[in-house]
Amino acid sequence: MMTLLRAVIRRDLLLAWRRRADIATVVLFFVIVVSLFPLGVGPEPNLLRTIAPGIIWVAALLACMLSLQNMFTSDHSDGALDQMLLAAAPLSMIVVARAFAHWLMSGLPLVILSPLLAIQFDLAPELSPVLTLSLLLGTPILTLIGAIGAALTLGLRGGGMLLALLVLPLYVPVLILGAGAVDAASAGLGADAHLLLLGAQLLVTATFAPWAVAAALRISAE
Amino acid sequence: MLAAQKLEITRGDRRLFGGITFELRTGTLLLVTGSNGSGKTSLLRALCGLLLPSAGEVRWQNENIRSLREEYWRHLVYIGHSNALKDELSAAENLGVLCALSGVHTRPEQQRQALADFGLAGREHLPAKALSQGQRRRTALARLPLCSTLPLWILDEPFAALDSTAVSHMQSVVGTHLTDGGMVVMTTHQVVPIAAPAMRELNLDECRR
Repeated sequence: MMTLLRAVIRRDLLLAWRRRADIATVVLFFVIVVSLFPLGVGPEPNLLRTIAPGIIWVAALLACMLSLQNMFTSDHSDGALDQMLLAAAPLSMIVVARAFAHWLMSGLPLVILSPLLAIQFDLAPELSPVLTLSLLLGTPILTLIGAIGAALTLGLRGGGMLLALLVLPLYVPVLILGAGAVDAASAGLGADAHLLLLGAQLLVTATFAPWAVAAALRISAE
Repeated sequence: MLAAQKLEITRGDRRLFGGITFELRTGTLLLVTGSNGSGKTSLLRALCGLLLPSAGEVRWQNENIRSLREEYWRHLVYIGHSNALKDELSAAENLGVLCALSGVHTRPEQQRQALADFGLAGREHLPAKALSQGQRRRTALARLPLCSTLPLWILDEPFAALDSTAVSHMQSVVGTHLTDGGMVVMTTHQVVPIAAPAMRELNLDECRR
Protein backbone atom coordinates (compact mmCIF):
# COMPACT_ATOMS: atom_id res chain seq x y z
CA MET A 1 0.00 0.00 0.00
CA MET A 2 2.89 2.38 0.73
CA THR A 3 4.15 1.94 -2.85
CA LEU A 4 0.71 2.87 -4.12
CA LEU A 5 0.51 5.99 -1.95
CA ARG A 6 4.04 7.00 -2.92
CA ALA A 7 3.08 6.67 -6.59
CA VAL A 8 0.01 8.90 -6.00
CA ILE A 9 2.09 11.60 -4.25
CA ARG A 10 4.74 11.42 -6.96
CA ARG A 11 2.05 11.74 -9.64
CA ASP A 12 0.49 14.81 -8.01
CA LEU A 13 3.83 16.53 -7.47
CA LEU A 14 4.85 15.80 -11.07
CA LEU A 15 1.53 17.15 -12.37
CA ALA A 16 1.82 20.25 -10.18
CA TRP A 17 5.35 20.82 -11.44
CA ARG A 18 4.26 20.52 -15.10
CA ARG A 19 1.39 22.95 -14.37
CA ARG A 20 3.56 25.24 -12.28
CA ALA A 21 1.76 28.34 -13.59
CA ASP A 22 -1.16 27.28 -11.35
CA ILE A 23 1.04 27.29 -8.25
CA ALA A 24 2.62 30.59 -9.26
CA THR A 25 -0.89 32.11 -9.52
CA VAL A 26 -1.74 31.07 -5.97
CA VAL A 27 1.55 32.28 -4.49
CA LEU A 28 1.49 35.58 -6.39
CA PHE A 29 -2.13 36.15 -5.36
CA PHE A 30 -1.09 35.70 -1.73
CA VAL A 31 1.88 38.07 -2.07
CA ILE A 32 -0.12 40.75 -3.89
CA VAL A 33 -3.14 40.69 -1.56
CA VAL A 34 -0.88 40.98 1.50
CA SER A 35 1.15 43.75 -0.12
CA LEU A 36 -1.92 45.83 -1.04
CA PHE A 37 -2.89 46.46 2.58
CA PRO A 38 0.10 48.56 3.70
CA LEU A 39 -0.40 50.64 0.55
CA GLY A 40 -4.11 51.10 1.16
CA VAL A 41 -4.09 51.60 4.92
CA GLY A 42 -1.15 53.99 4.97
CA PRO A 43 2.20 53.92 6.77
CA GLU A 44 1.00 54.07 10.37
CA PRO A 45 3.36 51.54 12.07
CA ASN A 46 1.18 50.78 15.10
CA LEU A 47 -1.89 50.09 13.00
CA LEU A 48 0.08 47.90 10.58
CA ARG A 49 1.58 45.88 13.43
CA THR A 50 -1.90 45.26 14.84
CA ILE A 51 -3.51 44.14 11.59
CA ALA A 52 -0.55 42.10 10.27
CA PRO A 53 -1.53 38.61 11.56
CA GLY A 54 -5.15 39.01 10.50
CA ILE A 55 -4.28 40.22 7.00
CA ILE A 56 -1.72 37.49 6.37
CA TRP A 57 -4.08 34.82 7.66
CA VAL A 58 -7.06 36.01 5.58
CA ALA A 59 -4.87 36.20 2.48
CA ALA A 60 -3.62 32.64 3.11
CA LEU A 61 -7.24 31.52 3.48
CA LEU A 62 -8.24 33.06 0.15
CA ALA A 63 -5.14 31.72 -1.61
CA CYS A 64 -6.00 28.23 -0.34
CA MET A 65 -9.54 28.58 -1.71
CA LEU A 66 -8.12 29.56 -5.09
CA SER A 67 -5.98 26.43 -5.29
CA LEU A 68 -8.73 24.06 -4.18
CA GLN A 69 -10.97 24.31 -7.21
CA ASN A 70 -8.77 22.18 -9.41
CA MET A 71 -8.04 19.55 -6.77
CA PHE A 72 -10.38 16.91 -8.25
CA THR A 73 -12.04 18.49 -11.32
CA SER A 74 -9.60 17.34 -14.01
CA ASP A 75 -9.42 13.84 -12.51
CA HIS A 76 -13.21 13.76 -12.51
CA SER A 77 -13.52 14.71 -16.18
CA ASP A 78 -10.75 12.50 -17.60
CA GLY A 79 -11.70 9.34 -15.68
CA ALA A 80 -8.61 9.25 -13.42
CA LEU A 81 -10.86 9.62 -10.39
CA ASP A 82 -12.67 6.36 -11.26
CA GLN A 83 -9.32 4.58 -11.18
CA MET A 84 -8.64 5.99 -7.70
CA LEU A 85 -12.08 4.86 -6.52
CA LEU A 86 -11.22 1.35 -7.74
CA ALA A 87 -7.66 1.34 -6.40
CA ALA A 88 -6.17 -1.46 -4.34
CA ALA A 89 -5.79 0.84 -1.30
CA PRO A 90 -8.54 2.47 0.81
CA LEU A 91 -9.78 5.67 -0.81
CA SER A 92 -9.35 7.68 2.39
CA MET A 93 -5.63 6.87 2.38
CA ILE A 94 -5.36 8.03 -1.22
CA VAL A 95 -7.14 11.23 -0.18
CA VAL A 96 -4.55 11.76 2.58
CA ALA A 97 -1.74 11.30 0.05
CA ARG A 98 -3.33 13.73 -2.37
CA ALA A 99 -4.05 16.33 0.30
CA PHE A 100 -0.43 16.08 1.44
CA ALA A 101 0.86 16.62 -2.10
CA HIS A 102 -1.58 19.49 -2.56
CA TRP A 103 -0.44 21.14 0.67
CA LEU A 104 3.25 20.75 -0.30
CA MET A 105 2.64 22.67 -3.51
CA SER A 106 0.12 25.29 -2.40
CA GLY A 107 0.24 25.56 1.40
CA LEU A 108 3.94 25.25 2.19
CA PRO A 109 5.01 28.14 -0.11
CA LEU A 110 2.66 30.44 1.81
CA VAL A 111 4.17 29.33 5.13
CA ILE A 112 7.69 29.95 3.84
CA LEU A 113 6.85 33.38 2.42
CA SER A 114 4.95 34.67 5.45
CA PRO A 115 7.96 35.92 7.54
CA LEU A 116 9.13 37.88 4.51
CA LEU A 117 5.72 39.49 4.02
CA ALA A 118 5.45 40.24 7.73
CA ILE A 119 8.39 42.68 7.32
CA GLN A 120 6.08 44.96 5.31
CA PHE A 121 3.93 45.32 8.42
CA ASP A 122 6.92 45.86 10.72
CA LEU A 123 5.93 42.80 12.71
CA ALA A 124 8.32 42.31 15.65
CA PRO A 125 11.06 39.76 14.76
CA GLU A 126 10.18 37.57 17.74
CA LEU A 127 6.57 37.28 16.50
CA SER A 128 7.55 36.05 13.03
CA PRO A 129 8.24 32.45 14.15
CA VAL A 130 4.85 32.36 15.89
CA LEU A 131 3.12 33.47 12.69
CA THR A 132 5.01 30.87 10.66
CA LEU A 133 4.27 28.11 13.14
CA SER A 134 0.57 29.01 13.25
CA LEU A 135 0.44 28.86 9.44
CA LEU A 136 2.38 25.59 9.42
CA LEU A 137 -0.26 24.03 11.68
CA GLY A 138 -3.19 25.85 10.09
CA THR A 139 -2.69 25.51 6.32
CA PRO A 140 -2.98 21.68 6.33
CA ILE A 141 -6.35 22.11 8.08
CA LEU A 142 -7.39 24.53 5.33
CA THR A 143 -6.38 21.99 2.67
CA LEU A 144 -8.21 19.10 4.37
CA ILE A 145 -11.44 21.03 5.01
CA GLY A 146 -11.23 22.50 1.52
CA ALA A 147 -10.90 19.00 0.06
CA ILE A 148 -14.32 18.12 1.54
CA GLY A 149 -15.83 21.15 -0.20
CA ALA A 150 -14.03 20.39 -3.46
CA ALA A 151 -15.30 16.79 -3.40
CA LEU A 152 -18.87 17.84 -2.58
CA THR A 153 -19.06 20.45 -5.37
CA LEU A 154 -17.46 18.14 -7.95
CA GLY A 155 -19.22 18.21 -11.29
CA LEU A 156 -21.58 21.04 -10.34
CA ARG A 157 -22.08 24.13 -12.50
CA GLY A 158 -20.63 27.18 -10.76
CA GLY A 159 -18.96 24.90 -8.27
CA GLY A 160 -16.26 27.47 -7.52
CA MET A 161 -18.61 30.00 -5.94
CA LEU A 162 -20.47 27.31 -4.04
CA LEU A 163 -17.16 25.93 -2.78
CA ALA A 164 -16.29 29.34 -1.31
CA LEU A 165 -19.67 29.65 0.42
CA LEU A 166 -19.41 26.12 1.76
CA VAL A 167 -15.84 26.18 2.99
CA LEU A 168 -15.16 29.75 4.20
CA PRO A 169 -17.45 29.50 7.27
CA LEU A 170 -15.65 26.30 8.25
CA TYR A 171 -12.34 28.17 8.08
CA VAL A 172 -13.44 30.60 10.84
CA PRO A 173 -12.09 28.64 13.86
CA VAL A 174 -8.72 28.17 12.12
CA LEU A 175 -8.55 31.87 11.34
CA ILE A 176 -9.41 32.90 14.92
CA LEU A 177 -6.86 30.55 16.47
CA GLY A 178 -4.16 31.26 13.90
CA ALA A 179 -4.32 35.05 13.96
CA GLY A 180 -5.05 34.94 17.70
CA ALA A 181 -1.80 33.07 18.37
CA VAL A 182 0.23 36.02 17.07
CA ASP A 183 -1.95 38.56 18.92
CA ALA A 184 -1.55 36.65 22.18
CA ALA A 185 2.21 36.47 21.73
CA SER A 186 2.44 40.21 21.03
CA ALA A 187 0.37 40.93 24.17
CA GLY A 188 2.90 38.90 26.16
CA LEU A 189 0.44 36.13 27.00
CA GLY A 190 2.28 33.43 25.08
CA ALA A 191 0.93 31.64 22.01
CA ASP A 192 1.07 28.12 23.44
CA ALA A 193 -2.67 27.76 24.12
CA HIS A 194 -3.64 28.89 20.62
CA LEU A 195 -1.01 26.75 18.93
CA LEU A 196 -1.95 23.66 20.95
CA LEU A 197 -5.61 24.13 20.05
CA LEU A 198 -4.62 24.55 16.41
CA GLY A 199 -2.60 21.34 16.63
CA ALA A 200 -5.55 19.54 18.17
CA GLN A 201 -7.78 20.77 15.39
CA LEU A 202 -5.26 19.52 12.82
CA LEU A 203 -5.33 16.06 14.40
CA VAL A 204 -9.14 15.91 14.44
CA THR A 205 -9.41 17.18 10.86
CA ALA A 206 -6.71 14.78 9.63
CA THR A 207 -8.67 11.90 11.18
CA PHE A 208 -12.15 12.71 9.91
CA ALA A 209 -11.77 14.82 6.76
CA PRO A 210 -10.26 12.07 4.54
CA TRP A 211 -13.17 9.81 5.37
CA ALA A 212 -15.67 12.57 4.48
CA VAL A 213 -13.83 13.37 1.24
CA ALA A 214 -13.85 9.68 0.28
CA ALA A 215 -17.61 9.45 0.88
CA ALA A 216 -18.24 12.60 -1.18
CA LEU A 217 -16.06 11.32 -4.04
CA ARG A 218 -17.97 8.02 -4.13
CA ILE A 219 -21.26 9.93 -4.41
CA SER A 220 -19.87 12.05 -7.25
CA ALA A 221 -19.07 8.90 -9.27
CA GLU A 222 -22.67 7.61 -9.20
CA MET B 1 -16.13 -15.96 -9.55
CA LEU B 2 -18.23 -12.91 -10.34
CA ALA B 3 -21.99 -13.15 -10.00
CA ALA B 4 -24.86 -10.73 -10.51
CA GLN B 5 -28.20 -11.41 -8.87
CA LYS B 6 -31.39 -9.77 -10.16
CA LEU B 7 -29.48 -6.61 -10.94
CA GLU B 8 -31.61 -3.58 -11.76
CA ILE B 9 -30.37 -0.10 -12.62
CA THR B 10 -32.41 3.09 -12.67
CA ARG B 11 -31.02 6.38 -13.91
CA GLY B 12 -33.13 9.32 -12.82
CA ASP B 13 -36.67 7.97 -13.12
CA ARG B 14 -35.86 5.77 -16.11
CA ARG B 15 -35.35 2.09 -15.54
CA LEU B 16 -32.54 0.92 -17.81
CA PHE B 17 -32.85 -2.81 -17.24
CA GLY B 18 -33.74 -5.29 -14.56
CA GLY B 19 -33.50 -8.92 -13.53
CA ILE B 20 -29.94 -9.47 -14.74
CA THR B 21 -28.57 -12.66 -13.24
CA PHE B 22 -25.39 -14.38 -14.33
CA GLU B 23 -22.36 -16.20 -13.04
CA LEU B 24 -18.95 -15.71 -14.53
CA ARG B 25 -16.42 -18.50 -13.97
CA THR B 26 -12.73 -18.52 -14.77
CA GLY B 27 -11.87 -18.50 -18.44
CA THR B 28 -15.20 -16.98 -19.42
CA LEU B 29 -15.76 -13.95 -21.60
CA LEU B 30 -19.01 -12.04 -21.06
CA LEU B 31 -19.91 -9.93 -24.04
CA VAL B 32 -22.42 -7.19 -23.20
CA THR B 33 -24.29 -5.96 -26.25
CA GLY B 34 -27.18 -3.60 -26.81
CA SER B 35 -28.15 -0.47 -28.68
CA ASN B 36 -26.86 3.00 -27.71
CA GLY B 37 -28.30 4.08 -24.40
CA SER B 38 -29.29 0.58 -23.36
CA GLY B 39 -27.15 0.85 -20.24
CA LYS B 40 -23.99 -1.07 -21.12
CA THR B 41 -21.69 1.42 -19.40
CA SER B 42 -24.01 1.63 -16.38
CA LEU B 43 -23.95 -2.16 -16.06
CA LEU B 44 -20.15 -2.22 -16.16
CA ARG B 45 -19.94 0.57 -13.58
CA ALA B 46 -22.34 -1.34 -11.35
CA LEU B 47 -20.22 -4.49 -11.72
CA CYS B 48 -17.18 -2.43 -10.65
CA GLY B 49 -19.01 -1.00 -7.68
CA LEU B 50 -18.91 2.60 -8.94
CA LEU B 51 -22.67 2.69 -9.37
CA LEU B 52 -25.16 1.51 -6.79
CA PRO B 53 -27.78 -0.75 -8.41
CA SER B 54 -31.39 0.11 -7.51
CA ALA B 55 -32.04 -3.57 -6.80
CA GLY B 56 -30.04 -6.78 -6.67
CA GLU B 57 -26.37 -7.21 -5.89
CA VAL B 58 -23.01 -8.07 -7.37
CA ARG B 59 -21.03 -10.81 -5.65
CA TRP B 60 -17.34 -11.72 -5.86
CA GLN B 61 -16.38 -15.15 -4.45
CA ASN B 62 -19.87 -15.28 -2.90
CA GLU B 63 -19.57 -12.01 -1.02
CA ASN B 64 -21.25 -8.72 -1.82
CA ILE B 65 -18.73 -6.35 -3.40
CA ARG B 66 -20.01 -3.49 -1.23
CA SER B 67 -18.65 -5.19 1.86
CA LEU B 68 -15.47 -6.43 0.16
CA ARG B 69 -14.41 -3.03 -1.26
CA GLU B 70 -10.58 -3.00 -1.69
CA GLU B 71 -10.52 -6.79 -1.33
CA TYR B 72 -12.55 -6.89 -4.56
CA TRP B 73 -10.85 -3.97 -6.30
CA ARG B 74 -7.39 -5.46 -5.96
CA HIS B 75 -8.59 -8.25 -8.28
CA LEU B 76 -10.08 -5.91 -10.85
CA VAL B 77 -8.95 -3.81 -13.79
CA TYR B 78 -11.56 -1.39 -15.15
CA ILE B 79 -10.93 0.53 -18.35
CA GLY B 80 -13.80 2.85 -19.04
CA HIS B 81 -14.81 5.13 -21.89
CA SER B 82 -12.31 7.76 -20.84
CA ASN B 83 -8.71 6.67 -20.83
CA ALA B 84 -7.81 8.20 -17.43
CA LEU B 85 -4.60 9.64 -18.92
CA LYS B 86 -3.16 12.90 -17.63
CA ASP B 87 -2.20 15.21 -20.50
CA GLU B 88 0.94 16.49 -18.79
CA LEU B 89 2.39 13.06 -18.00
CA SER B 90 4.18 10.92 -20.56
CA ALA B 91 2.69 7.65 -21.80
CA ALA B 92 5.09 5.64 -19.62
CA GLU B 93 4.41 7.76 -16.52
CA ASN B 94 0.66 7.41 -17.03
CA LEU B 95 1.03 3.67 -17.39
CA GLY B 96 3.13 3.46 -14.21
CA VAL B 97 0.54 5.40 -12.17
CA LEU B 98 -2.40 3.35 -13.47
CA CYS B 99 -0.64 0.07 -12.67
CA ALA B 100 0.39 1.35 -9.23
CA LEU B 101 -3.26 2.18 -8.46
CA SER B 102 -4.15 -1.43 -9.25
CA GLY B 103 -1.44 -2.46 -6.80
CA VAL B 104 0.93 -3.64 -9.53
CA HIS B 105 4.49 -2.36 -9.36
CA THR B 106 6.07 -1.99 -12.82
CA ARG B 107 9.63 -1.30 -13.86
CA PRO B 108 10.36 1.22 -16.65
CA GLU B 109 11.50 -1.53 -19.04
CA GLN B 110 8.21 -3.40 -18.51
CA GLN B 111 6.28 -0.23 -19.30
CA ARG B 112 8.39 0.36 -22.41
CA GLN B 113 7.83 -3.25 -23.56
CA ALA B 114 4.06 -3.06 -23.00
CA LEU B 115 3.84 0.21 -24.94
CA ALA B 116 6.02 -1.19 -27.74
CA ASP B 117 3.73 -4.25 -28.01
CA PHE B 118 0.86 -1.84 -28.62
CA GLY B 119 2.82 -0.08 -31.38
CA LEU B 120 3.97 2.89 -29.30
CA ALA B 121 7.73 2.21 -29.42
CA GLY B 122 9.66 5.47 -29.27
CA ARG B 123 6.63 7.42 -28.07
CA GLU B 124 6.76 6.43 -24.40
CA HIS B 125 8.20 9.79 -23.33
CA LEU B 126 5.78 11.98 -25.28
CA PRO B 127 3.25 13.79 -23.11
CA ALA B 128 -0.18 12.21 -23.47
CA LYS B 129 -1.60 15.40 -25.00
CA ALA B 130 0.68 14.91 -28.00
CA LEU B 131 -0.83 11.48 -28.73
CA SER B 132 -3.71 10.83 -31.11
CA GLN B 133 -7.04 9.43 -29.91
CA GLY B 134 -6.08 5.91 -30.98
CA GLN B 135 -2.65 6.15 -29.38
CA ARG B 136 -4.21 7.33 -26.12
CA ARG B 137 -6.52 4.33 -26.17
CA ARG B 138 -3.55 2.04 -26.80
CA THR B 139 -1.69 3.59 -23.85
CA ALA B 140 -4.65 2.91 -21.57
CA LEU B 141 -4.96 -0.68 -22.85
CA ALA B 142 -1.21 -1.33 -22.50
CA ARG B 143 -1.97 -1.61 -18.79
CA LEU B 144 -3.76 -4.94 -19.34
CA PRO B 145 -0.76 -7.20 -20.08
CA LEU B 146 1.05 -5.63 -17.10
CA CYS B 147 -1.94 -6.37 -14.85
CA SER B 148 -2.41 -9.96 -16.04
CA THR B 149 -2.18 -11.20 -12.43
CA LEU B 150 -5.51 -9.47 -11.69
CA PRO B 151 -8.17 -12.02 -12.67
CA LEU B 152 -11.13 -9.79 -13.58
CA TRP B 153 -10.97 -7.31 -16.45
CA ILE B 154 -13.95 -5.03 -17.11
CA LEU B 155 -13.52 -3.23 -20.42
CA ASP B 156 -15.83 -0.60 -21.89
CA GLU B 157 -15.55 -0.49 -25.70
CA PRO B 158 -11.89 -1.54 -25.75
CA PHE B 159 -11.76 -1.57 -29.54
CA ALA B 160 -13.06 1.98 -30.06
CA ALA B 161 -10.59 4.19 -31.98
CA LEU B 162 -8.15 1.31 -32.56
CA ASP B 163 -6.73 0.40 -35.97
CA SER B 164 -6.68 -3.18 -37.26
CA THR B 165 -3.18 -4.07 -35.94
CA ALA B 166 -4.07 -2.82 -32.46
CA VAL B 167 -7.40 -4.68 -32.59
CA SER B 168 -5.69 -7.98 -33.41
CA HIS B 169 -3.13 -7.40 -30.63
CA MET B 170 -5.97 -6.72 -28.18
CA GLN B 171 -7.69 -9.92 -29.32
CA SER B 172 -4.59 -11.92 -28.46
CA VAL B 173 -4.13 -10.11 -25.11
CA VAL B 174 -7.71 -10.86 -24.07
CA GLY B 175 -7.49 -14.41 -25.42
CA THR B 176 -4.30 -15.11 -23.46
CA HIS B 177 -5.83 -13.74 -20.27
CA LEU B 178 -8.87 -15.99 -20.67
CA THR B 179 -6.86 -19.15 -21.39
CA ASP B 180 -4.73 -18.33 -18.32
CA GLY B 181 -7.88 -18.53 -16.20
CA GLY B 182 -8.92 -14.87 -16.18
CA MET B 183 -12.40 -13.39 -16.59
CA VAL B 184 -13.35 -10.59 -18.95
CA VAL B 185 -16.52 -8.53 -19.14
CA MET B 186 -16.56 -6.42 -22.27
CA THR B 187 -18.92 -4.23 -24.27
CA THR B 188 -18.43 -3.84 -27.97
CA HIS B 189 -20.25 -2.81 -31.10
CA GLN B 190 -17.81 -4.48 -33.46
CA VAL B 191 -17.88 -8.19 -34.16
CA VAL B 192 -14.44 -9.21 -32.92
CA PRO B 193 -13.80 -12.95 -32.59
CA ILE B 194 -11.83 -13.82 -29.47
CA ALA B 195 -10.39 -17.25 -28.76
CA ALA B 196 -12.02 -17.83 -25.37
CA PRO B 197 -12.47 -21.15 -23.56
CA ALA B 198 -16.05 -20.12 -22.80
CA MET B 199 -18.15 -17.22 -23.97
CA ARG B 200 -21.52 -15.77 -23.06
CA GLU B 201 -23.49 -12.95 -24.51
CA LEU B 202 -25.81 -10.63 -22.64
CA ASN B 203 -28.11 -8.47 -24.74
CA LEU B 204 -29.42 -5.58 -22.68
CA ASP B 205 -32.19 -4.76 -25.17
CA GLU B 206 -33.84 -8.03 -24.09
CA CYS B 207 -33.53 -7.15 -20.39
CA ARG B 208 -35.73 -4.07 -20.63
CA ARG B 209 -39.24 -4.89 -19.57
